[in-house]
Amino acid sequence: MSLLRARNLRKRYGDTEVVRGLDLDIEAGECFGLIGPNGAGKTTTLKMLLGLIAPDDGSIEILGEPVPLRGREARLRIGVVPQMDNLDPDFSVRENLLVYGRYFGIADSVIRARIPGLLEFAGLTSKENARITTLSGGMKRRLTLARALVNDPELIVLDEPTTGLDPQARHVIWQGLRRLISQGKTILLTTHFMEEAERLCDRLVILDHGTAIASGSPRDMIAAEIEPSVMEIYGETVADWGAQHGHTLCERFEITGETLFCYTRDCDRVLDQLRAQHSLRYLHRPSNLEDVFLKFTGRELRD
Amino acid sequence: MNNRHNFAAPRLSLRFIPVWRRNFLVWKKLAGSSILGNLADPMLYMLGFGYGLGSLMPEVGGARYITFLAAGTVCYSTMNSATFEVLYSGFSRMHVQKTWDAILNTPLNLDDVMLAELTWGASKSLLSGLAILAVIWGMGLQQSWLLSLWVLPVVILIGLTFSAMGLVMTALSPSYDFFIYYFTLVITPMVLLCGVFYPVDRLPDFLQIAAAWLPLSHAIDLVRPLILGRIPTYIAGHVAALATWGLLSYWLALGLTRRRLLK
Ligand SMILES: Nc1ncnc2c1ncn2[C@@H]1O[C@H](COP(=O)(O)OP(=O)(O)OP(=O)(O)O)[C@@H](O)[C@H]1O
Ligand SMILES: [Mg+2]
Repeated sequence: MSLLRARNLRKRYGDTEVVRGLDLDIEAGECFGLIGPNGAGKTTTLKMLLGLIAPDDGSIEILGEPVPLRGREARLRIGVVPQMDNLDPDFSVRENLLVYGRYFGIADSVIRARIPGLLEFAGLTSKENARITTLSGGMKRRLTLARALVNDPELIVLDEPTTGLDPQARHVIWQGLRRLISQGKTILLTTHFMEEAERLCDRLVILDHGTAIASGSPRDMIAAEIEPSVMEIYGETVADWGAQHGHTLCERFEITGETLFCYTRDCDRVLDQLRAQHSLRYLHRPSNLEDVFLKFTGRELRD
Repeated sequence: MNNRHNFAAPRLSLRFIPVWRRNFLVWKKLAGSSILGNLADPMLYMLGFGYGLGSLMPEVGGARYITFLAAGTVCYSTMNSATFEVLYSGFSRMHVQKTWDAILNTPLNLDDVMLAELTWGASKSLLSGLAILAVIWGMGLQQSWLLSLWVLPVVILIGLTFSAMGLVMTALSPSYDFFIYYFTLVITPMVLLCGVFYPVDRLPDFLQIAAAWLPLSHAIDLVRPLILGRIPTYIAGHVAALATWGLLSYWLALGLTRRRLLK
């Protein structure tokens, strides 16, 4: 059953159309990723899906509710982790959960009964009475995630849940999200960490300039779009190496700065050649979602 | 959303109550300093001017000057309290702390948040009005207990009106500095024109005519007689004037805020 269905979403700001005819289908119980570079239109898309801004064109149905018409009813059953933390600095950890739960019309007694579980989920049991200003970035993010669960939502929408976190903190969030997936929750997340999308998402859409330029499961996309191996070659003379050997040894190669990405099915030949080169360092790795992403969105800087 | 949608009528719902409670919970934590800050200032003015100037002019408008001033102070303090709340604290919640953004991700919508701001501003101003009234009662300045109790519903109306007017500014403001214009161009002239400190009939004619349109004049025309032990004249007219200012301002504020945030 389709839990979220959007057709031909469009949104214009001034002269630029930032979302251009986007279609999305999300099944119940899956983790769906919306990935794209800065300014691709990820947050704008989420806001339209939540009924916070009206699309200029297109239709949305979430949890059986037409949005934005019945956005209120849809949001009753959705949990949201926004891109920017907006916890209430005047309140303690516990009060943040209590006050937020009230916005859903949940009785205080029910929220109070849920709080210990939420704190445990977020690993914040010992911080129950701490003020928000005393929490680390990772703790704030975990609390924001716990806050999004206060209404026991069917769908959880996360806008860049781990941006700005250190690797440890990021792993803790991933662990939490996997726990939610195993409980049968549906997750829609945006990210520009390809590792995150590859680890968590069953399916994803790569968004660029407001349009979906590729979609599918991470594994299928890598298999379909990219050669299985990548040699990353670094050094000042890398451009010369590319000019000399790139076309014969790589099926495809790209240079950014001092790094050459050589995509190949037969890395032994490349390795043999590189062993003779003392001015170049190299790294051999399997191809991943980031390679797919960069193939589609290009390597030049955004924003 | 186009402009016609933005300026559509307010959608009213009781869902605003949890937001009001949120503000109340914050206030409760800081109640001590908040009460002191809200009340000490007007009280000192009232007592200082009331006794200081009052000793120079024993009778104003047929009453002791301190009683005359106390009635003006109820309105002044109510207006200020609502204005400060929706301007500075409201702007902080909307723009700085992004509290509204968090709320809008829940089943609440912007109309609920605005209704909460309106009623919360009025609640804070009720508290200020009540405190001045308590001083009036404590000093026995009121001429009739019963009539002075009628000040309370009037204070609520004044609070709603000035909250709504302040919300227009909040909707337009790029930063806290912007509010200076409102105080300098609107609030202060109104305080000087509308008879807080002296009777309006001492002003030149053209200023009296201008003053008659301003909401603070209507507030004072209702509150002062009640403190002085008389039933106000033209009650319906004054109430209608305050309500009109309030409703039009609220409609404008809501439209401007929708235009600002729901895009
Ligand atoms: N309220 C707005 N008014 C005008 N332009 C806007 C508004 N909101 C977003 N934009 C523009 O729309 C484009 C898409 O923005 P959006 O925030 O959806 O991108 P994003 O994919 O979430 O990017 P990021 O990864 O940086 O969060 C950007 O160019 C942005 O500047
Ligand atoms: Mg974004």
